[in-house]
Amino acid sequence: MAIVFKKTKMLTDVPFHYCPGCTHGIAHRLVAECIEELGMEDKAIGVAPVGCAVFAYNYFNCDMMEAAHGRAPAVATGIKRVHPDKLVFTYQGDGDLASIGTAEIVHAAARGEKITTIFINNAIYGMTGGQMAPTTLEGQVTTTSPYGRQKEHCGLPIRMSELIATLDGACYVERVSMHDVPNIIRAKKAIKKALICQMERKGFSFIELLSTCPTNWGMTPTAALTWLKENMIPYYPLGVKKEVE
Amino acid sequence: MAKKLMKGSEAIGEAAIQAGCRYFFGYPITPQNEIPEYMSRRLPKEGGCFLQAESEVAAINMVYGAAGAGARVMTSSSSPGISLKQEGISYIACAELPCVIVNMMRVGPGLGGILPAQGDYFQATKGGGHGDYHLVVLAPSTVQEAADMVMEGFDIADTYRIPVMILGDGMIGQIMEPVEFKVHQKRQVPEKTWAATGWSDKSRPRAIINSLYIEAEQMKAVSERLLARYAQITEKETKVEEFMMDDAQYCIAAYGTTARIAKSAVVKARQMGIKAGLIRPITIWPFPSEAFAKAAEQVKAFLTVEMSTGQMVEDVRLAVAGKKPVYFKGTLGGFVPTTQDMVNELVKLTEGRE
Repeated sequence: MAIVFKKTKMLTDVPFHYCPGCTHGIAHRLVAECIEELGMEDKAIGVAPVGCAVFAYNYFNCDMMEAAHGRAPAVATGIKRVHPDKLVFTYQGDGDLASIGTAEIVHAAARGEKITTIFINNAIYGMTGGQMAPTTLEGQVTTTSPYGRQKEHCGLPIRMSELIATLDGACYVERVSMHDVPNIIRAKKAIKKALICQMERKGFSFIELLSTCPTNWGMTPTAALTWLKENMIPYYPLGVKKEVE
Repeated sequence: MAKKLMKGSEAIGEAAIQAGCRYFFGYPITPQNEIPEYMSRRLPKEGGCFLQAESEVAAINMVYGAAGAGARVMTSSSSPGISLKQEGISYIACAELPCVIVNMMRVGPGLGGILPAQGDYFQATKGGGHGDYHLVVLAPSTVQEAADMVMEGFDIADTYRIPVMILGDGMIGQIMEPVEFKVHQKRQVPEKTWAATGWSDKSRPRAIINSLYIEAEQMKAVSERLLARYAQITEKETKVEEFMMDDAQYCIAAYGTTARIAKSAVVKARQMGIKAGLIRPITIWPFPSEAFAKAAEQVKAFLTVEMSTGQMVEDVRLAVAGKKPVYFKGTLGGFVPTTQDMVNELVKLTEGRE
């Protein structure tokens, strides 16, 4: 019988710890498949964040490092400077990247560090139990914004892709979504393109994946996908924000 | 190799390069800017990489990445900057990564001032960041010793997979002295088969550089491994200099800059008929407790001299264990003690005036 589908060998057999309906599993698979399809399995070195994806080193079947909260781009910089011929990527959530790690991501991009960052934006702190993130939408209720995020009190969410796209060192920046199959297919193309940019030594590449957190949003997985589509995409428009030929 | 007149900071940079360090990540802070400046000139010519990070926090995490990737790597800073690095140092210690960290101490707390001080002793020797760990801490008292320690520090780091700190001060960093880069007697250091270099060699396990151990049993095993290593380091790497201690009745305890001044004080006191001696910890972690315990059987009293409000004195007291009185003289504000200051203290001791 012909095999029509099999799991990428870039993922280990360790079962994901993610909640049912969480889009981290899809994002992991997309990144892993892209690395395998590019034939870079033996050259990939990944950096895991602090947050829900903290155990990513158990899942990506390549050499991995686990960084302190927000510091993954600095750790990846250290790795890439030692091994310029390797494919170095960070996988970070929004609390990690857009809050505590803002300096590290901005300066890695500004330096044109030849690494790729996969940015999971689900508008909330997942691992710690649903606190407000820098990406939490106005009015969104979280455990630390129980009356909804108030603009007057803590401002509006940061659009990281647009911010990173202003920096000369960034060579490819795109925001994609994982709320349905066509968008997941587009997300995979974006990730692959970002990794190719790194392989071609063009500069820093950055893919933002709009994601869900059914557990902390207090929704079913399908309701969460709808919520993403209806609430996140209007504030976080999809598309290529920067591309250097 | 012929001797060269060099600033302490530049000698540290050159020693690192000669020890095979090819990666340096730093951030400017006075009084140690000559180290990153030197590395920025030299490393590109050696096929290495100097990178000025956006912060001390980023710099130490770049060190984490480069060390985890198997490179010899160094960073340097001064007191307030070292505080910022503590998060990363704790992770490096737990992930069991080798690297060298230079702290050219300045006076504090807070922003303090740029004058030399020894106020980071507690931070350096008791862990510094969060959690249960130690660094190996080497305390140079001359430019030559600083250079030697950097070279040996890389070997110690690689041998035990531990971060090594060179704890100098603004004086050691700025002073110029003749220095010789000795053909280093390299230790047999283990191969870095654990490093994350890309998993092309499938005969080794997949590399995971990590400091997260969510299961209590795993975390306990890591702590026990570190503890056993610390015991081994204490046994094998503890270094101390004893100066005129053979017949000493009064023992000065001092390290680094203060110790070189204390040597002159011992000589001067002896000219005045006071049988003084000096115990100078060369490694301040591991602390040479045995030397002090032994001296406690011989001397009448100890005088700990530091450019601080009293930090190493606690370790001296622990080692002496109440057998003899341990007095303390601190110099504050960034002032450096003079020989005469120390002699005066010794005279007070002999007259029972303390």
